[in-house]
Amino acid sequence: MTDNLFRGQLVHLAADEPEVLAKVSSRWAQDSEYFRLLDSEPPILWSEKKHKEWIEKELEKDSSDNFGFMIHKNDDNAVLGFIALFALNWNHGDTLVAIALGERDHWGKGYGTDAMRIMLRYAFQELNLHRVGLLVFEYNPRAIRSYEKAGFQPEGRIRGMMRREGRRWDWLMMGILRSEWLQLQQESG
Amino acid sequence: MADLLSGKLVRLTAEEPKTLAEAYSRWSHDSEYWRLETSDCARQFSVWGIQKELEKELEKESENNFFFHIRTLADDRLIGNVGLDGVRWQHGESFVGIGLGEREFWGRGYGTDAMRVILRYAFQELNLRRVSLDVFEYNPRAVRSYEKAGFRHEGYARGYLLREGRRWDLIFMGILRQDWLALPTEDR
Amino acid sequence: MTIQTQLFEGALIRLAPIDHEKDAEVEARWTNDPHYLHALESKPAQPVSPAQMKKKYEAIEKQLEESKNSFYFTIRSREDNRLLGFVRLEWIEWTHGTGNLKMGIGDAGERGKGYGSEALRLLLRYAFDELNLYRLSAMLGGDNPAGLRFFERHGFMQEVRRREALQRGGKFYDVVHLGLLAEEWRSKNPKEVEP
Repeated sequence: MTDNLFRGQLVHLAADEPEVLAKVSSRWAQDSEYFRLLDSEPPILWSEKKHKEWIEKELEKDSSDNFGFMIHKNDDNAVLGFIALFALNWNHGDTLVAIALGERDHWGKGYGTDAMRIMLRYAFQELNLHRVGLLVFEYNPRAIRSYEKAGFQPEGRIRGMMRREGRRWDWLMMGILRSEWLQLQQESG
Repeated sequence: MADLLSGKLVRLTAEEPKTLAEAYSRWSHDSEYWRLETSDCARQFSVWGIQKELEKELEKESENNFFFHIRTLADDRLIGNVGLDGVRWQHGESFVGIGLGEREFWGRGYGTDAMRVILRYAFQELNLRRVSLDVFEYNPRAVRSYEKAGFRHEGYARGYLLREGRRWDLIFMGILRQDWLALPTEDR
Repeated sequence: MTIQTQLFEGALIRLAPIDHEKDAEVEARWTNDPHYLHALESKPAQPVSPAQMKKKYEAIEKQLEESKNSFYFTIRSREDNRLLGFVRLEWIEWTHGTGNLKMGIGDAGERGKGYGSEALRLLLRYAFDELNLYRLSAMLGGDNPAGLRFFERHGFMQEVRRREALQRGGKFYDVVHLGLLAEEWRSKNPKEVEP
């Protein structure tokens, strides 16, 4: 058995209290670049209070299919972002994953890739899934590189799914199969 | 896969609360059926009472339970129910339960046929790795049926039930995906 | 095409609202066919009773009212108004002009008669000329080649293959994403010039 399923080299995954989540969520949401890299919905600005209410309502729902975690730095425990599985089709062993780092001064330093590695190990070893997929916006090359490093393969482009800043952008879909992930584990020893 | 839900003698269905209420009420008056089926104390239910219960059930939606009713292929009679209860998805495992309320269908292969259909559903539609069940020591007819369907004995809990003044064991059985794949095609 | 043109009337079929009384029993019957369910959804095939179907209809109409980003139509025969199927437009993102399409003809005996094609043609006109969407998406299982051919005949292009995202009958299949852009649809369906 792996010692700590939730710990990687740079980060670990954890659950946080609603107050903590509300604080960081409402701060991150005001960074429209962060928001528009993550979400196709138009950014809106909720109060911290509204964020907290929404978070608490989500936490009250049935948690058996909820695999969402906050990403914490190992050295000082700072909250950097979140990572979550969604659209989990248990009977097919298929899921999608979403990740976002709200702390922009930590972009491009390997934190996201490390968190994704932890989540992939969790998906394949603890949940015993067959594949993990994701969608990423064409205008987010940093994320695309991170996903490639984690082992995701491109699976196609959904054309023109967003119109932002006066032009159309595609959604890229990527996926990694269990066999591919196992192969990567063997290669890295 | 048109026959995912059909076997040789029975098919699996969804039923209206009104239809079920009438059948369940009648079956609950058969204490032998009841005591083979459940460890809950023998009770009796009115049609109205059961219908109200079933209508409440409609409100609940479960992604971890797959419950069906059993109808004969020959003349579409409602004879019982069968279901996968509490799928533990990450382990690919579930318990199965079955009951034939219409006693004239006992010991004639209907239960075994329904069990074969639900096992195929578990292994090919839900892609599970294993199906478990438990059965009372005083139900040898069921034990034989489960053996025919491919289940293996795995152990028993001693003196689990107290009925008619003596203790009875609870027998545990299980079938793995590879056990099921190894069965002859006509038994799947 | 003018405002007087009927959006919901075809030659063989019409798009229509749900009939809570009549439709539940018909659609519940369709759910006994795993092929039908597999063509529409990835969750495990399970038949539903008319009572459960009625609850589904209530949930659909509630969602239509609350979310304002989905549309639902039944497909009915013009001959005798019988229920043939349904078509659903959902996940609409208005700021980007995108939406997802799902449709089905319930009875295997009613397929291949042109009902689905006519319903899709009406829906595409509704989506592109009334809702002014930029593109439509559709998702199908690799175990449904007839469905893939149907959408491709109407101009949809395969865009994504999520590999081995389905496990059915002991085999793996891809989930295929298709898309049709409004401009592609328009080039194949030019407007008649107004006199």
